[in-house]
Amino acid sequence: MAGLTGKDAVLTEYARKLETLDAPKGRSLTQDATRRMVRNKAAVVSVGVVLFIILFAFLGPYFLPWTYDKIDWSGIRKPPNFEAGHFAGTDQNGRDMLARIMQGTQMSLIVAMVATMVSVVIGVVYGAVAGYFGGRVDAVMMRFVDIMYALPYILFVIILVVIFGRNPVLLFVGIGCLEWLTMARIVRGQTLSIKEREFVEAARASGASSWAIIFRHIVPNLSGPVVIYATLTIPEIILTESFLSYLGLGVQEPQTSLGTLISFGAPVAETLPWMLIGPAVVLVSLLLCLTYIGDGLRDALDPKDR
Amino acid sequence: MFGYVSRRVLSAIPIALIAVTACFFILRLAPGGPFDGERALPPATLANLRAHYNLDLPLIQQYLLYVWRLLHGDFGPSMVYNDFTVAQMLWIGLPFTLMLGFTAFVIGTIVGLVAGALSAVNQNKWPDYVLVMLVMVGLVVPNFLMAAILQLVFGVYLNWFPAGGWQNGSLAHLVLPVTVLVLPHAGRTARLMRGSMIEVLGTNYIRTAKAKGLGQRLILARHAIKPALLPVVSYLGPGLSYLLTGSLIVEQVFALPGIGKYFISAALNRDYGLVLGTTILYMVIILAVNLLVDILYAWLDPKVRYH
Repeated sequence: MAGLTGKDAVLTEYARKLETLDAPKGRSLTQDATRRMVRNKAAVVSVGVVLFIILFAFLGPYFLPWTYDKIDWSGIRKPPNFEAGHFAGTDQNGRDMLARIMQGTQMSLIVAMVATMVSVVIGVVYGAVAGYFGGRVDAVMMRFVDIMYALPYILFVIILVVIFGRNPVLLFVGIGCLEWLTMARIVRGQTLSIKEREFVEAARASGASSWAIIFRHIVPNLSGPVVIYATLTIPEIILTESFLSYLGLGVQEPQTSLGTLISFGAPVAETLPWMLIGPAVVLVSLLLCLTYIGDGLRDALDPKDR
Repeated sequence: MFGYVSRRVLSAIPIALIAVTACFFILRLAPGGPFDGERALPPATLANLRAHYNLDLPLIQQYLLYVWRLLHGDFGPSMVYNDFTVAQMLWIGLPFTLMLGFTAFVIGTIVGLVAGALSAVNQNKWPDYVLVMLVMVGLVVPNFLMAAILQLVFGVYLNWFPAGGWQNGSLAHLVLPVTVLVLPHAGRTARLMRGSMIEVLGTNYIRTAKAKGLGQRLILARHAIKPALLPVVSYLGPGLSYLLTGSLIVEQVFALPGIGKYFISAALNRDYGLVLGTTILYMVIILAVNLLVDILYAWLDPKVRYH
């Protein structure tokens, strides 16, 4: 009677598959997250736009007839003119706006990358350690954060500029070193609640060391808030940098950043609108897309929100 | 609760002292001084000036003198604006900056909380989409760009509000600057509120409340709002300090008579007295707000009080 239900055929087939290692595969958490991310249209489009902006900023200058610091004496304060190769007009010094926008975008992207990395690493480690150990360690560490908070950071920034000179990369690391405070607080707050959970109890019971618990069990569970806050940190950092440039403390001429371009463009926006529109559009779309990517990552990494 | 509050208040005092000390020494260690100008002063004049402001004393003695005067409420003289003491200059500028900052803070927080909660309750329906879009605009457009756009659109083209300046308490002059400060603050608050509210609405005790037949409003008012406020409350302290630094830019762009303009030029000119005075006042405000936030946090989350 074998074969009446078709069971044998199915099982034989399955056994053969197992032998040839052709078994159905499980999906890892990362694959799950990737699938969810890909299904999120806004995030996918944003990734595309950000990639485009990156290419625009880093490869674009090679396709332009003008460089960001070259002065065209015959085209000062001119609107876009395709024949002369000024696709986005020129500024008051006769420099090509499109080339300057590309250079400024490069600067802002580098700021965003370096400073965010620095602030995330410091903030997560600091917050998780303070929250996990609690008690006196927590009190001392968080008091330090309070002190840092209580100092208006513009003072720090001015001193950093004085100490570091005008070296952009070091300055960006400096901005990152100042922007970790909120991340540390948020991470600590989350850690306080996570460390009371059963799986941490279980890890402790099975003899895991404190560091292993922090980095294997607590930090991965923080990825949601960390991603969300890192997304909020990127615009914050780009803003800090433009704030500095506005005060004349950031990137120095002839180099430029999106913030500097906007602060030069804003006062003359009525008569020379192309000086404001170009950098503003790039900056806003960059920040918008980074935010959408952050949201998409959050939804993908933190399924409990759906 | 009383013990917790008094402990926090007492612990704020050493923080203030440490911060004053740090500010004082960091500022002095940075190169340059208040009397560096385009033209070098004659050595005798410079020596007299330095002696007049006690800058020739050993650093530690200057520090003790400064703290001693500070404890008596004396911020010392401004070294660049010779005719004013620091206290006088702060008295001119600070009330305006504080008024601007706190107005924006209160409006922004309320707008943000309401928008975030509404958006979470209507998750994935049209009010949520509209609010999320608005929040995005607030978050993504930097304050100086927003200021320029608002000045251009409402100040120049539509001519609804003055594009800058300040005429003795006219509200119309405040509308644009306050809007510029409110948008990012409200945006961040709303984002945090929406996220935490959605999380809270998915918890088991909310399901229990629903299961036992409580109405939507009662669930929100009694069970959901309080825990959802936690992350938002911990953001309020830094939120205020962002607002205060943001007001530096806004005061410059809109030509408002706050402390911001003096502070920036004072820091660049190494006007030690003025920079320290401003820094200390900012610091006291931020410490006070953080203290309030901590107390609020303890009230919202009883677990915090005992740790």
